[in-house]
Amino acid sequence: MNIFVLLKRTFDTEEKIVISNGSIVEDGAEFIINPYDEYAVEEAIQIRDSQGGEVTVVSVGGEEAEKQLRTALAMGADKAVLINIEDDIENGDQFTTSKILAEFLQGKEADLILAGNVAIDGGSGQVGPRVADLLDIPYITTITNITVDGTSVKIVRDVEGDSETIEAALPLLVTAQQGLNEPRYPSLPGIMKAKKKPLEELELDDLDLDEDDVEAKTKTIEIFLPPKKEAGKVLEGELDVQVKELVSLLHSEAKVI
Amino acid sequence: MNFDLTAEQEMIRRTIKEFADEEVAPGALERDLAKTFPVGIFKQLGKMGMMGLPFPEEYGGAGADTVSFAIVTEELSRACASTGITYSAHISLGGAPLNLFGTSKQKQEYLTPICTGESLGAFGLTEPDAGSDAGGTKTTASEADEEFVINGSKCFITNASYAKHLAVTAITGEKNEKKEISAIIVPTDQKGFTVIDKYEKMGLNASNTTELVLEDVRVSKDHLLGKRGDGFKQFLITLDGGRIGIGAMAVGIAQAAYEKALQYAQGRKQFGQSLSKFQAIQFKLADMAMEIELARTMVFKAAWLKDQGRVFTKEASMCKLYASEVCNRVTNQAVQIHGGYGYMKEFHVERYMRDGKLLEIGEGTSEIQRMVIARQIGC
Ligand SMILES: Cc1cc2nc3c(=O)[nH]c(=O)nc-3n(C[C@H](O)[C@H](O)[C@H](O)COP(=O)(O)OP(=O)(O)OC[C@H]3O[C@@H](n4cnc5c(N)ncnc54)[C@H](O)[C@@H]3O)c2cc1C
Ligand SMILES: Cc1cc2nc3c(=O)[nH]c(=O)nc-3n(C[C@H](O)[C@H](O)[C@H](O)COP(=O)(O)OP(=O)(O)OC[C@H]3O[C@@H](n4cnc5c(N)ncnc54)[C@H](O)[C@@H]3O)c2cc1C
Repeated sequence: MNIFVLLKRTFDTEEKIVISNGSIVEDGAEFIINPYDEYAVEEAIQIRDSQGGEVTVVSVGGEEAEKQLRTALAMGADKAVLINIEDDIENGDQFTTSKILAEFLQGKEADLILAGNVAIDGGSGQVGPRVADLLDIPYITTITNITVDGTSVKIVRDVEGDSETIEAALPLLVTAQQGLNEPRYPSLPGIMKAKKKPLEELELDDLDLDEDDVEAKTKTIEIFLPPKKEAGKVLEGELDVQVKELVSLLHSEAKVI
Repeated sequence: MNFDLTAEQEMIRRTIKEFADEEVAPGALERDLAKTFPVGIFKQLGKMGMMGLPFPEEYGGAGADTVSFAIVTEELSRACASTGITYSAHISLGGAPLNLFGTSKQKQEYLTPICTGESLGAFGLTEPDAGSDAGGTKTTASEADEEFVINGSKCFITNASYAKHLAVTAITGEKNEKKEISAIIVPTDQKGFTVIDKYEKMGLNASNTTELVLEDVRVSKDHLLGKRGDGFKQFLITLDGGRIGIGAMAVGIAQAAYEKALQYAQGRKQFGQSLSKFQAIQFKLADMAMEIELARTMVFKAAWLKDQGRVFTKEASMCKLYASEVCNRVTNQAVQIHGGYGYMKEFHVERYMRDGKLLEIGEGTSEIQRMVIARQIGC
């Protein structure tokens, strides 16, 4: 099987994030493989191990994304491709990324493409479906289980806490939801071998794309941190008094009504 | 000059840090209380290929460098020092002498199971009457029918309950009225070999420290490790490498203590403000941060020298001495910053303090390190 995984380098939202001059300070921030993409990598490796074939991880990003691609190689992926847009694109969005990925995947004869359900930074959940649409192949989002049998695929997907079973056929794009698997730690021999595995670097030119072809459809107006969490308030007293107080607080203080 | 880790070292650091936080740290408190050895963690480390980290691939190792060994030891020790010492002794006392001095047949037979994690590595040097003065060994190996017959006892031996075999030092004869000490590989299930796991320790409670009793233990002559009579020289070389492991452990424990102290000082309010706003506390934390940074740098320098194939005896001693003393100061102050809570087990810092004390003792006490350094600088 010819398997591709779409992988994004993101900052670790569990670490402290600092914003300065309207953008996230990269110095000192921790960067990781987008956790949902990590499920995709793990699943791709497992499918390859049982079905045979090859796993290629693809990332659109800058030079620094090589680290995350190497980590995926250390986990067990076979090849990596970095589409480096650092010099060409200043402000990309989901349209930009999916257009580039689709252009790259065109003609690659992918049997299965795995992506994360969302990236924890942007959180749009658009890239997977957009790529599938551009490639004109079906897609299934938020999957929690997948079994491949020849060209037929059985999938369980998460629908707001419930699950739905779907049968589909390859070629197919799926996006990974939490619970799909438990991503492995890269093994030490895997880490030592990762450097020797092929990592191809491409630029827009190599895909016959112009900056205009992939120009963002959206604009980022402002980036800000959520307000600091204040200490909570516990209401006391008779129930009807509490309810009255709550309603008035929702009006006057929280201003949500 | 370049202070950056390589791409591999960086990836190893990330991987082991995540593993330490997710798999090792959560049970550390309970393991200390119940004195349970972290068997499961070492199974996982074996699966991850960490147990043979610096050893050649042909014996199942990963061929990584000493800097990586220091990184892994530091991160494991930050989460659980008992896990850290087990790992450090496994690699630097158990595996290293086999790799350095063993024949390829011995490596195949004894180093391979260490690399896979099937056996833990251990090294039997210390005896009841021969600690700092390890040359004072009394264990003997006499020869009979092409075999060594070993008699004696060893004390404070790390990992032996989980080792399938280990090298022990013994007197194999006398040369010019001087004892001839050699190292011999002994399977722990050999007749006459008893491993006793009964110590009540101050700390490192989840690690395995044992007493070995050898009564007429017979092994064939091909169990000799390295050259006959080279035992003393060999363990000095082995300990040089081991000291980098102890230094890394010290940095890991100190880092854990510092992180807890900083977090506590920021959260705890007395006299209407956070402890971290009091200059007296700030200065403690500043000293901790500085000393840990320096200790880590020295550990990496000694490891780097070793990786370059340079002489590193002095630097290994310096990193071990400095880092272990830093660790003891830092853990003590971390308890202090926690006040009465620091004295309670559930706040972790008192464990760090107990665990850290061993580092000023094992693999050469602080006094012995100062003797080594003094000799190296020409005293
Ligand atoms: C938890 C633990 C794990 C261990 N693991 C191992 C192991 O795996 N393998 C192994 O072989 N050993 C191991 N050891 C033993 C350890 O290496 C020794 O305890 C250490 O070398 C000190 O020896 P000693 O205990 O006999 O103390 P002693 O040598 O009796 O020293 C007592 C004190 O006297 C000081 N002293 C001694 N000689 C001098 C001198 N010439 N000048 C000034 N001061 C001096 C020492 O510095 C120390 O302060 C372990 C010990 C412990 C506690
Ligand atoms: C075993 C044990 C027995 C005890 N028995 C008793 C008892 O019988 N009766 C009783 O009443 N109490 C008892 N205590 C409590 C003990 O007196 C307190 O733990 C101690 O006074 C410290 O207070 P704390 O733990 O709240 O630490 P904190 O006051 O929170 O202090 C934490 C750290 O901050 C430092 N600090 C605080 N304020 C300042 C400042 N302004 N400037 C600089 N540094 C500062 C402290 O010196 C300390 O290092 C006991 C405690 C223990 C551990």
